[in-house]
Amino acid sequence: MEPLLRLLQQDAVASREDLARQLNLPLEEVNRRITELEKSGVIRGYQAIVDRERLDKTNVTAFIEVRITPERGGGFDRIAERIAKFDQVAGCYLISGGYDLLVVVEGASLREVASFVSEKLSTLEPVISTATHFRLKTYKENGALLVGDTAEERLAVSP
Amino acid sequence: MDDKIAAHVRDIPRSGIRDFFEIVQSMHDVISLGIGEPDFATPWHIREAALFSLEKGRTGYTSNLGLPKLREAIASYVARHFGIMYHAPSEVLVSVGVSEAIDIALRALVNPGDEVLYHEPCYVSYSPSVILAHGTPVAVPVHEKDDFRLRADELEKRITPKSKVLLLNFPTNPTGATMPREALQEIAEVCIKHDLIVLSDEIYAELTYDGAEHVSIASLPGMRERTVFLHGLSKGWAMTGFRIGYACAPRPLIEAMMKIHQYAILCAPIMAQDAAIEALEHGEPAVAHMREKYELRRNFITSALNEMGLRCHLPKGAFYVFPEVRSTGLSSRDFAMRLLEGEKVAVVPGPAFGPSGEGFVRCSYATSLEQIKIAMERMAEFVRRISRKAA
Repeated sequence: MEPLLRLLQQDAVASREDLARQLNLPLEEVNRRITELEKSGVIRGYQAIVDRERLDKTNVTAFIEVRITPERGGGFDRIAERIAKFDQVAGCYLISGGYDLLVVVEGASLREVASFVSEKLSTLEPVISTATHFRLKTYKENGALLVGDTAEERLAVSP
Repeated sequence: MDDKIAAHVRDIPRSGIRDFFEIVQSMHDVISLGIGEPDFATPWHIREAALFSLEKGRTGYTSNLGLPKLREAIASYVARHFGIMYHAPSEVLVSVGVSEAIDIALRALVNPGDEVLYHEPCYVSYSPSVILAHGTPVAVPVHEKDDFRLRADELEKRITPKSKVLLLNFPTNPTGATMPREALQEIAEVCIKHDLIVLSDEIYAELTYDGAEHVSIASLPGMRERTVFLHGLSKGWAMTGFRIGYACAPRPLIEAMMKIHQYAILCAPIMAQDAAIEALEHGEPAVAHMREKYELRRNFITSALNEMGLRCHLPKGAFYVFPEVRSTGLSSRDFAMRLLEGEKVAVVPGPAFGPSGEGFVRCSYATSLEQIKIAMERMAEFVRRISRKAA
């Protein structure tokens, strides 16, 4: 991945001037390249990374294994897209192995997620079964460790 | 009690860095650009290898020269990356950091009164280590106009019949200087002509930027037989606390160093040696990742310093920049002290690295970019204030 893209992935709101300084490139070059990446769809958007646990203690995330019957003609895509369009669904992946779709659902409470599964997800005709796993603790997210090394204890000045 | 201390030890001045460290230590909320070690923790897979070593109960001594498997890994790494062939069982010694290797190499080579040449500004231990080995340190100043490279003519001017050893450190702490092949070739010719032994401290070899090629003097024709190649895992692999360095040299030199090492140190810690094997065999992606981070910070800090009016060449190695502060009208020490007191940013005054460092300060960019950004804002404000007063 190009260095500019890696920097933006770490900090999408970094100033263009700072990016140019780090990359040792003219400011115009950085602006031009970012526009290019946006236009070509490599950069799909910019979001804040929100620590939901801090925002709202009761917030829950569930990882749901879904087994489905593929449709003639549409395969898994049509039903997967239908599931992905629900606002509650934060992620939806076709998976190899013992089940078909991995659906990540975020909700304000256990009850909210449970009712989404029982009322929306399980009732879809091609869905054979679901298994819901609730997140208990997050150790790493988006490549960032949320638990980790102790604070640095380097000497203040060293040779 | 002072009269009981050996004269050559008593006469070594206190380290300038240590004085400065104590002042910084007494203050709160200082952003330090004075740190000569990586800000990264050791890559996890290497730490994990150290844990595994302890789990298996590997807690004893090793062979004095170091674990055979580690010496094999070192010989293979040095062959791959530097193109120099060493016989692992007899030409490789594992030391407690490069500092120990330099000390025992000097003690193995120097007779009282022999002269040891080194380029300056340089790492703080060179001159004292020579004195402790009863040698005479001879500094060869290097200059900003030459990108702090060592010039063959400057070196040759200082050679006398007593000259025996040349100490090299490229990439250099504190200037970040590197030596292109041709410049190094000229130095090699001087060494051969005057029959000098070279101690080449290449601890920053992995940290070169802009695709600059790192060349070891030991790889040049006629140099392997007169060079002690010194390297370690502290900087490139962020393993300072593991204390693993090594020396590669012809057998008689390693044998002589070994005599000192076996009685003074015995061996490097076994769990650190196990971790070093993992680092040398599988550490390259992690090293590349850290190098990339350093390079971005180097670009940032160099342009920020030049923008605020402190002339600073873009160094091609290590993780230091060495800006000139003469334009402020202050000495290096006054600049560093007033910056510390006024803005709570710590940089190291150039003369801590030898008298030829006057007029410069060392800024380390082995610190997060966020910290560097704040430090640069504060420093720019400081420079503005100083120049307003001067005007």
